[in-house]
Amino acid sequence: MKKIIYIIAAILVMGWNSANSQTQKGSVLIKNATVLTVTKGILEDTDVLVENGIIKKIGKGLTASNVTTIDAKGKYVMPGIIDAHSHVALDAVNEGTAPITSEVRMADVIDPYDIGLYRALAGGVTVSHAMHGSANAIGGQNITLKHRYGSGNPDDLIMKDAARTIKFALGENPTRVHGRGNGIQPRSRMGVEAVIRNGFNDAIQYKKTWETYNNALKVKGATPVPPKYSERLQTLVDILDGKIIIHCHSYRADEIYMLINVCREFGITNIVFSHVNEGFKVAPELAAYTMGASVFADWWAYKFEVYYSTAFNAAILTQNGVITSINSDSGELIRHLYHEAGKAQRYGELTDEQTLALITINPAKQLGIADKVGSIEEGKQADLVIFNDHPLSVYAIPQMTFVDGVKYFDINEDPNDMRLRVAATESIEPIFLKEHDHKCMHGVDFFFTNFGRSLFDHEH
Amino acid sequence: MEDQNILKMKKINQIIFTVALLVLPFLANAQFDGEFIKPRNGRFLLQNATIVTVTKGNIENGSVLISNGKIEAVGKNIPAGDAEVIDCTGYFIYPGLFDGGSRLGLVEVNSVPETQDYAEIGQVTPNMQALVAVNPNSVAIPVTRVSGVTTTLATPSGGLFPGTAALINLNGYTADQMYAGFKGVVLNFPSSARRSTWDRRSDEDIKKEAEKAEKTLNEIWERAVTFNQLKKADAALDYYPEMEQLAKVVAGELPLLVEVNAASDITLAIEWIQSKNVKAILTGVAEGWRVADKIAASKIPVITGPMLSIPTRNSDRFDAAYTNPGKMAKAGVKVVIRSNDAENTRNLPFNAGFAAAYGMGKEEALKAVTINAAEVFGVADRMGSIEQGKDATLFVSTGDPFETKTQIRHVFIDGYRVPMSNRHIKLYQEFLQRSPGLVEN
Repeated sequence: MKKIIYIIAAILVMGWNSANSQTQKGSVLIKNATVLTVTKGILEDTDVLVENGIIKKIGKGLTASNVTTIDAKGKYVMPGIIDAHSHVALDAVNEGTAPITSEVRMADVIDPYDIGLYRALAGGVTVSHAMHGSANAIGGQNITLKHRYGSGNPDDLIMKDAARTIKFALGENPTRVHGRGNGIQPRSRMGVEAVIRNGFNDAIQYKKTWETYNNALKVKGATPVPPKYSERLQTLVDILDGKIIIHCHSYRADEIYMLINVCREFGITNIVFSHVNEGFKVAPELAAYTMGASVFADWWAYKFEVYYSTAFNAAILTQNGVITSINSDSGELIRHLYHEAGKAQRYGELTDEQTLALITINPAKQLGIADKVGSIEEGKQADLVIFNDHPLSVYAIPQMTFVDGVKYFDINEDPNDMRLRVAATESIEPIFLKEHDHKCMHGVDFFFTNFGRSLFDHEH
Repeated sequence: MEDQNILKMKKINQIIFTVALLVLPFLANAQFDGEFIKPRNGRFLLQNATIVTVTKGNIENGSVLISNGKIEAVGKNIPAGDAEVIDCTGYFIYPGLFDGGSRLGLVEVNSVPETQDYAEIGQVTPNMQALVAVNPNSVAIPVTRVSGVTTTLATPSGGLFPGTAALINLNGYTADQMYAGFKGVVLNFPSSARRSTWDRRSDEDIKKEAEKAEKTLNEIWERAVTFNQLKKADAALDYYPEMEQLAKVVAGELPLLVEVNAASDITLAIEWIQSKNVKAILTGVAEGWRVADKIAASKIPVITGPMLSIPTRNSDRFDAAYTNPGKMAKAGVKVVIRSNDAENTRNLPFNAGFAAAYGMGKEEALKAVTINAAEVFGVADRMGSIEQGKDATLFVSTGDPFETKTQIRHVFIDGYRVPMSNRHIKLYQEFLQRSPGLVEN
């Protein structure tokens, strides 16, 4: 008996250990900083106490024993930056084999060794939304990551308390891959609408089939034949049931309006439009019927559907009451989202608070994690960045980045080479002149080649 | 029912009115003024500004008198005479910013081949003139110049010798009106680097291709040298436009813009340039910091950028691209910054800002986009600083043009006051408060 108790105790301890080691949580006291809370104003000369990964207290003259203390006098603390559209730390991006691939999960292809994670941390980004690409009208299920760089276990990067999300895509990309590339629907924006509408209707049928089966089971002695399970359709059912947030790659006003209408018809309210370059043209509709827009600061003219864009998009959307965020969709841009947000001050003169919200609380809302991250408030997770200057200044340089109170970036202490491992095949380290991996059309890049080589910078 | 609708309308009107009141001050401060739709020249007095001359320090409460396309006077208490006075109290005057390498005007929509005019077919096409393909009516030009970027090096790309780049001002209706007085022949130096993370050639293939390119380069060069000798000897020569153009480089009439990025390639390029005794400018130079002393010793100037790009190697420090221009400048290299962009050439000042923040310093970064560029392009007698007698190519801002918060108020190019408007701004004016707004259905 005693033996059994010992064994049970040992198992419990082991279980507790492994649960604990899953996500490291830290404690720290940041003193005398200018705290940009985003939701509760600017607090001068203020301390932030973090205990076990959670913001315990914000105030003046805080003390704590056995906790690392950082003097941040003259420095700025802001919430960890959140990127609502990224492809960093993914081994694969597109499953471009069918117009609907809702069964695919990005959680299965996380690459914890991607140096892009560390570079993002060095730009103050603590959370990214690792998305499926834009090849399909309905793509795969995305995964929200916390940048806990250093672990070789993909599971450690997953933000487990984040909402489920899925990628949709409209316009040129799905019509090029499937219509022009494979000769199947969608070839046009009409087809994109039809593919999505058909998908939802199939899902309704599928749900009914299962309901019929489950009801039949209740009849005593009945032996109904179970319907064939479909992960693809079940995921669409979950969207219809409000369990998943849609993040839809989109550009033109007409296609945005189209999907708003489809969603309204099917009773879907959990939808965020991504890129959404012409979102400013349907800002009142976006404000009324969606969870907002996640935009680029100034990208345009890289393809025809973004020719009629404006860098004032974020400002127009914000002034119209649309929840607006600025995302990277790039392993390069993710390193300076604070600067990308700053451009909304050049183009539309948003206030500091409106501008900082574009990369903190607003993307948090769009990812369904605003109760956990996105602002500096007591009780929230301690994802924090310390800057040497106001983060909206072009001269601002991130100094330290914390995730769950654990420091993952320190400009003064980190070695130059921050790779976690070096591939044995890498006898000569490759030199890259441009970054192309972390993008929407990764994996279907043959549709972008021209005379055998890629001629352009942006392929979103 | 009707009454209800009227009530609803009234309520909507009230809301619109309140919103309008709220955004009114914000509209008044926006980037545009909408006063005029086409560039106009004349005599202008920009009064009471802080003048950042770049070459002769700052002048507080100073004025700049513009006349006949030139800066007629700079200083304090300049009488207006018949000049149109523009009050610049609290504002700053800077010389127009140079982008040392851009496809602006050479492409309209990146993914549409019909609008790509920056690359020709063939490896050796130095006679391709970027200037003839610049579209003066590109929508991206007014989008760019309201940022204070007034002058760009329109640069072709593609093969080994893709063509001849030309310096252009971002105002004018013809190529000749835009031409700013510098041309250079582009050489894509044989590269051991991958073009991008999509470049999946094997190490072996990259090496082979580089060796082959080097062989071709030397063969072509020898041919150009011979062609030049024959030309000087007044020999009867067949029509050979490629060699005509390269002979100008051999003769020192045109500089070579040598695009090179990997450290080992930079070293090879310097040796090659020195062995051929050719007038050259290094461009790209992404890994310049690794061989900064060598570049400095060679005295070859550098056009580098963008800073807003990833480090070339995964083992590099995260800020390798940000710190590159500062490290080269500290080693004594003359550095010019480029965006290497097209439609977003307007981000040049922000690239300079990052260079400044990460070691270059504000003063040196400003030089890198003004006077250094003018010197490297051989136009410093006319451009690159606010000095009496120079071209009136300058802008007025509310502050540091590298800061995103700063607004650019006025832009002058060759004495022409250009409209502070473009398609991006017009869309803002139309859609900030769309009418009709939301119609419930």
